[in-house]
Amino acid sequence: MFDVFIDQFWQLTVSGLALGFIYVLIALGYTMVYGVLRMINFANSEIFMWGTFGAIVASRDLFNYNQTSEPATGGKLALVLIVQLFVAMAFAGLTAVLVEFVAYRRLRARGTNRLATLISAIGMSMVLSEVMRILTHSRPVGSPRILEKVILTEVWGAQIRLDTLITILAAGAIFIILERFVKLSRMGKAIRAVSMNEDAAKLMGINLNRVITVTFLVGGLATGAAAFFYVTVFEYTKFNIGFTMGLAAFTAAVLGGIGNIRGAFFGGIVLGLAEVYAASILGTQWKSVTIFVVLVLVLLFKPSGLFGEAVTQTRA
Amino acid sequence: MKNFNLRDFGADIWERSGRPVRVTIVMVTIGLVSLLPFAGAGFLATPIAAYDAVLVYPVAIFVLMALGLNIVVGKSGMLDLGYVAFFAIGAYTMGFLGIHTSLNTWEIMPIGIGLAMFAGVLLGIPTLRLRGDYLAIVTLGFGEIIRIVALNVSWTNGPNGISGIPMPPDLGPLKFRLDDQKGFFWVVLIMILLTIWMIRRLSVRRPGRAWEAIRQDEDAAELMGVPTFKYKMWSFTLGAAVGGAAGVLYGSKNLFVAPEMFTLNVSILILACVVFGGIGNIWGVIVGGAILGYLPDRIRFISDARLLVFGLVLIIVMNFRPDGLLPRKKREKAIVKKGAQA
Repeated sequence: MFDVFIDQFWQLTVSGLALGFIYVLIALGYTMVYGVLRMINFANSEIFMWGTFGAIVASRDLFNYNQTSEPATGGKLALVLIVQLFVAMAFAGLTAVLVEFVAYRRLRARGTNRLATLISAIGMSMVLSEVMRILTHSRPVGSPRILEKVILTEVWGAQIRLDTLITILAAGAIFIILERFVKLSRMGKAIRAVSMNEDAAKLMGINLNRVITVTFLVGGLATGAAAFFYVTVFEYTKFNIGFTMGLAAFTAAVLGGIGNIRGAFFGGIVLGLAEVYAASILGTQWKSVTIFVVLVLVLLFKPSGLFGEAVTQTRA
Repeated sequence: MKNFNLRDFGADIWERSGRPVRVTIVMVTIGLVSLLPFAGAGFLATPIAAYDAVLVYPVAIFVLMALGLNIVVGKSGMLDLGYVAFFAIGAYTMGFLGIHTSLNTWEIMPIGIGLAMFAGVLLGIPTLRLRGDYLAIVTLGFGEIIRIVALNVSWTNGPNGISGIPMPPDLGPLKFRLDDQKGFFWVVLIMILLTIWMIRRLSVRRPGRAWEAIRQDEDAAELMGVPTFKYKMWSFTLGAAVGGAAGVLYGSKNLFVAPEMFTLNVSILILACVVFGGIGNIWGVIVGGAILGYLPDRIRFISDARLLVFGLVLIIVMNFRPDGLLPRKKREKAIVKKGAQA
């Protein structure tokens, strides 16, 4: 039972880290919105899904890659990857702003109950996934291989592939940029002010609507970056792909203490590793069960998440 | 028009009329609803699925489950996103016992309800201390766990599911046939009436008042001496019982259960019924369940886009009637709003 786990430990750790960094960025999408609105952005999983299609549209339609093309090299490779990243982020960011505009804004202005907003967001997420399902005729869409998956080096028997390395480094960098943005920039300060006390922030002259739109945008950009890495590593997407990824990332956000940006980082990494380890020990079919068991245990013994705030006071 | 509230309008008529009028209203309503299976020829007809089958599942069973979930979400204010788990437990109990024993549907019913309640207690003990979104995500996880277990253990027959589940035996004049599902509709109708009766009885007694207090301010309720954990557990297990009962009947009606029937989407759809109709108000919840159960089958002619339209309907209704089509009494609502600011 533990043979695979022990034999492959370092290999598993590497792929767990790559997955974890993808979770970190999606979890950022959940946690940012939760921070200002105290509400789950239920449509974040579909924002991720739209981001993956953005990445594929970029390589296919902007650079005319198809399934039989040779992988890119050198400067062309860097160019294609960066364009893909930006298009994925743009797709996801715009989708996130659209979600805020359609599903949240009116209800927020009326100050009505949270459940109505939740259902409205669920409706939005259905619309987003259905539109994509109809556009793609319910078929999975493969991504052209842009990046040759060369094995760079072996560390303790673990193969480090180029795509894994890029994912870990670039996702880490994007996380740091966003974290610094929230920490240092004027807008980031406004976001944190709204998150602490909405009324006080308003009285201090902060434009609430703009802050919330920017929060959705930043969360969407992070989610879009995650979508790009997902496409690069797994080279595949489908209209219903958001659900499992979103669920895991949300769990990661809660694990780290939702609303807490650094918490999302540790939650994502821990969850990515836990998922890969659990799959090697119990078999892949049980991995989501393990995730939830971990989550329930964390909530029971450390209910605010690993780095969170006072959760027991959170209201429905 | 701005202050018009259908719910209060109805309540006014109700309060002004005497007992004989009330009894007549109730009887006529029940009579009309029970005639629904015969109304399949006109506007109500569903283009592709058989009308009387649609009336049983999704419509009537959605209404039943929405009523059950309303005890948890509407009455005591706990957000449960894994309600499908209890439905699945009921359906699998029916499937497993129906195949491997000689028990019939009506004998399995109490077992299924019991198992669902037991699962509710098991889930409730560790999780009911959590609140709000955290409770939501844990219950969501529970729903998924039940589905994944059903997918991966051997006695549920994995992804293939359990087929050949026996139909219920006839109950006097009520007959249960594949091509004539009126009997099922009437049985679910009876279950719905029993559930309504139960909720109305409990609402005016100690549990109902405790739930109301918990929903408005759990800390204050606890300080005033309401054993909040106990009553939250009651609300959770009663909701589970209704879900389990719906599951047993669904298994027996469908003759087949498989894990893909019990995805998160079902939980969300049932929650949507509750919120769409008017959270906390029994009549709103019934209307919500009926509309959301019926609508996707009615608009099948736009087959490919019907879930898209469904999503749009949810967004539009929530944006323009955030308290649902038939909101709960204004008095109750006002208190909730104040509580939500705290």
